[in-house]
Amino acid sequence: MPKMNMVQAINLAMMQEMASDETVVVLGEDVGVNEGVFRVTAGLHNAYGADRVIDTPLAESAIMGTAIGMSMGGLKPVAEMQFSGFSYLAFPQLEGHASRMRARTQGIFTCPLVVRMPYGGGVRALEHHSESREATYAHIPGLKVLTPSTPRNARALLVAAIRDPDPVIYMEPKRVYRAYKEEVPDEEEVLPIGQASIARKGDALTVVTWGAMLHPTLAAVDAVQEARGIEIEVVDLLTISPMDADSFVESVKKTGRAVVVQEAPRSFSVSAEVIAHINDDALMYLEAPIKRITHYDVPTPFFGRENYYIPSEDRIRWAIEETLDFN
Amino acid sequence: MPIKKVGHYTVEYMQILDEKGKLDKALEPEIPDDRLLDLYRHMATARDSDNRMLALQRQGRIGTFPLCTGQEAPACGAALAMRDDDWLVASYRERGARMMRGEPPTQDYLYHNGWEEGSALAEPKSMLRTAPIAIILGSQLLHAVGIAYAMKLRGEKDTAVVTFCGDGATSQGDVHEAMNFATVWNVPVVFVVQNNQWAISHPRDKQMKCKTIAQRAIAYEMPGLQIDGNDALACYKAISDALERARAGEGPSLIEAVTYRLLMHTTADDPKKYRSKEEEDSWWAKDPLIRFRDYLKKKKLLDDAKIKAIDAEIHAEVKQHVADFEAMGGFKMDAPFDHVFGTKHALIDRQRAMFLADLNRAQAADQVAETAHA
Repeated sequence: MPKMNMVQAINLAMMQEMASDETVVVLGEDVGVNEGVFRVTAGLHNAYGADRVIDTPLAESAIMGTAIGMSMGGLKPVAEMQFSGFSYLAFPQLEGHASRMRARTQGIFTCPLVVRMPYGGGVRALEHHSESREATYAHIPGLKVLTPSTPRNARALLVAAIRDPDPVIYMEPKRVYRAYKEEVPDEEEVLPIGQASIARKGDALTVVTWGAMLHPTLAAVDAVQEARGIEIEVVDLLTISPMDADSFVESVKKTGRAVVVQEAPRSFSVSAEVIAHINDDALMYLEAPIKRITHYDVPTPFFGRENYYIPSEDRIRWAIEETLDFN
Repeated sequence: MPIKKVGHYTVEYMQILDEKGKLDKALEPEIPDDRLLDLYRHMATARDSDNRMLALQRQGRIGTFPLCTGQEAPACGAALAMRDDDWLVASYRERGARMMRGEPPTQDYLYHNGWEEGSALAEPKSMLRTAPIAIILGSQLLHAVGIAYAMKLRGEKDTAVVTFCGDGATSQGDVHEAMNFATVWNVPVVFVVQNNQWAISHPRDKQMKCKTIAQRAIAYEMPGLQIDGNDALACYKAISDALERARAGEGPSLIEAVTYRLLMHTTADDPKKYRSKEEEDSWWAKDPLIRFRDYLKKKKLLDDAKIKAIDAEIHAEVKQHVADFEAMGGFKMDAPFDHVFGTKHALIDRQRAMFLADLNRAQAADQVAETAHA
């Protein structure tokens, strides 16, 4: 199996889906001739031409709105928001149309489309380029929200997103883009939407996380496991919405202890949703209060301070240790 | 260096049948008699339906709805110019166009009485190319452009998209973005702006500084034409010509139909608060329905007796549609759970079960209350 970074893996998904389905089109700012500002769309323009790999004028609402029209008209658009920080201009189209087209027409019209957007901090980027706003999209019924965490699952989830009959927000943790390489099979691989993955098996404690936070979480888990000779379970959500609550509820029933790690601000967030599900279905199994490690409820600081705001391996490790030690 | 003129532009206005009934023979479109009568019938049905719905709303038998009285010509004129496999991507004042494309009026009533079933129809075939009513102003123009792009990429021949918005919506960024994308992509779209002078309480001259909306087309390098939107013949001809252009691969056009909303914005609105009776009267004098009816009389397609008979027929039909609508019911209360996603998810299934349990409990409680009341 060839080794790839996440950029190459996402690219592979689009390359193969465009080859096998001629209704798949890619559109966005600088996605064609320039091959994307992160080179995620490398080679697509050459392979499939300007009609299917569309360099659009600079307007996010129009990218979204025309993608909705394309999907109603029989295409499967994969729209790129150059950075998630610019995606809010497209928000009315997502909230007002894409998310509810199926519901308001009882399935007569649907919007099978994908919105790709790089998100998250840790790359010393300019203002508006470092937010983690998955909860904003996950709060809208009718949208599916995915956050891949590794090259291999990024590829398999994007294939699923492109083939899915619904609008999918596919949030790419840009901090992971070129962080490392992983084996990605050349042949088709699809991961089901709405299914979390168990990244580490264990029985001492459950950590729930997603996206870029998987990596500092695994590092912290490895350190604690080694120091204490225990096994910790790590649930990687992969799909934020519709959430696979069974994955971590069942895990918590086994471990009795849980920590949730998210890059996003603390309040009204996905971590709160995870804890609410545990409250609903596994409260009586808990042996310690659930801790969460998050960003803070402040507008994302410039990158000079970001390393102290984004959850670090240390903060995650401290939370795991405190939760294990609680009795 | 002397300053040079790099562009010189004019904006044209078209009227074929003026408010006094005078006809411009040279511009008169050739429309078969039965189609002309069909146009009248639908304009009159839209008007009658408006009146009937207004009465129903006042009696609490239907929800809030927007009125189309006075604006029948652009909608019905467009539908007459369109084919079944063209797309209609309209706003909410195009009642007549939807009916002409084969949508039973009961759909309109259901929709405005709070049931999704009113915007969920797969037949006739033209319904699959009639986008649902768009409430968010201007947003639908982008869908029209995307649909047109899809048509072009998929190699459809001889099809196009007609999309509608109002003068107020032209202040929205989406309208600009749609026109810009449409011309850059050269896709088959006809933009029809129904300039009805009022965006609820905000008058046209406070909505925009420009004298015409048609002139905005110049900025996008597409044809723009202002027409008398109360002249059904001008509406038909302008939209037909623009459709022909679009079908021939020559790209989008903009048509500003100058018209007037004779009644309230929606049933929740009271125009007396912001405009004068004199102004309204001056537009009643330009009523598109009467003007077109008189044209048909001059063409000997109608006479007073025939008009009376047709109008009575329409009135009876609308009454029947209302009766049909009011007989509908028993809709599945948990239907929204069927249409969140096209795939099955445990989370949705569980919430449906929660909903059904709560529904049963609420219905049982209602029954107890009813019994006690009786």
